[in-house]
Amino acid sequence: MVNTLVIDGRDTVGVALVELSPGALITFADMNGQRVVTREPIPFGHKVALAPMRRGEHVIKYGASIGVAHCDIQPGDHVHVHNLKSVRGAAR
Amino acid sequence: MSGGEIRAYRRPDGSVGVRNLIAVIPSCGCSLHAAERIAAQVEGAALLHYAGGCGETQGDTALATRLLAQYGRHPNVIGSIVVSLGCETLNAHDLAQRIAQGHAPVELLTIQELGGTVKTVTRGLEVARQMRAAAEHLRREPCPVAALTVGLECGGSDATSGLAANPAMGAFSDLMVAQGARVILPETSELLGAEHVMTDRAASPEIAAQLLETVRACEAFLKATGEDFMGKQPSPGNVRGGITTVEEKALGDVLKGGHTPFVEVLAYGQPPSRPGLSFMDTPGNDLASVTGLAAAGCQIVTFTTGRGNPMGNAIAPVVKVTGNAHTWARMGDDIDLNASTIISGEESVEQVGRRIYELVLRVASGERSIAEIMGHAEFAMLRQGVVY
Repeated sequence: MVNTLVIDGRDTVGVALVELSPGALITFADMNGQRVVTREPIPFGHKVALAPMRRGEHVIKYGASIGVAHCDIQPGDHVHVHNLKSVRGAAR
Repeated sequence: MSGGEIRAYRRPDGSVGVRNLIAVIPSCGCSLHAAERIAAQVEGAALLHYAGGCGETQGDTALATRLLAQYGRHPNVIGSIVVSLGCETLNAHDLAQRIAQGHAPVELLTIQELGGTVKTVTRGLEVARQMRAAAEHLRREPCPVAALTVGLECGGSDATSGLAANPAMGAFSDLMVAQGARVILPETSELLGAEHVMTDRAASPEIAAQLLETVRACEAFLKATGEDFMGKQPSPGNVRGGITTVEEKALGDVLKGGHTPFVEVLAYGQPPSRPGLSFMDTPGNDLASVTGLAAAGCQIVTFTTGRGNPMGNAIAPVVKVTGNAHTWARMGDDIDLNASTIISGEESVEQVGRRIYELVLRVASGERSIAEIMGHAEFAMLRQGVVY
């Protein structure tokens, strides 16, 4: 049973299908030998980084940008409002 | 019934209704109480909870007149009672005349002319009884699914919405379009970041340009207010459910529209002119969005929810679907269909889409949705201007 869903082959984040504890090995379909271990708790439905992302780099889910990394992100990090920012709808 | 047939009511104007409701329509906030008293005492009455009519911008009053008239002409409505105070800005005579151009009768009651609340309510109950009696002979007949217009709403989204409920709704949308029905995807502010998905499927370059312009105008309107989406899109509940940005919400949201081309871009409450999938420019506020969908003639609105939302509508049955197994277990009393079987691997997206399709056909044929059973009858229009 896989514990993570990766929607599109281009995605740099996966979605936790169960609550993941720190140190959990991420399993998903079509992994191609990729090995990612969580570095912090990932709640159900939340995103876990599959690849390293530099600050300012686009974060990809559904095969498209869902915003930019607000700081450097390591594989296994929880990706959410603390390190991912929208580039749309902001009053700037 | 599995092919493409429902059992519904054929109206004199050729439209097809799935319910026989009496719309009780206040033309201003000052007549809302009398309208409420009438609706509360009439079986099958639908109160349109409108509290404007005075001190609004011209644009909001014009929009209210147009939408209230469309509710009066809706195929699920067999008669309308417009309750006016008599001195409001909204022209209640004009509203009643617009309703009279539809398939069902309308009666205008003016509180200042009738001599107060008691006389108005008494007269309203007489009129409602006559309308109800005149509808007694109406019978459901076989009608094609192509006669349906269905809205694709979502609210209280979480990460499961984009994984299960919305893709299943997309499969449902494809089935409806294949039958020749009209399907409407709403909520402009929840499409920021998914424009390319929409424009790739636009039926023509003109429609692609209209889609982009609609989203651009929404974003510009927001920026002009000095507000931004932080804390609103996605909502705090969306964020707790794992959705981080409006782009992420949009990419999950747009899946509800399935795979068919966008054939038309509609203004708020505008009825689609042709079969197929349309996009409607509505706010992301679920109440205002569903109100606009029903105004456009949707006989049924489907509604996906991850965190759980109990909402209904005054005249259109709302059918709710969740992809979140926890929400289904905790809040199943408010939800019609469980799509979390996609995430657990028990069913495919297509299988759940087929179950939604079959449920919508049953609801169109008379089976009550959970929101109807629970007595939900929400109504709240888009308002853009100030109130003074």
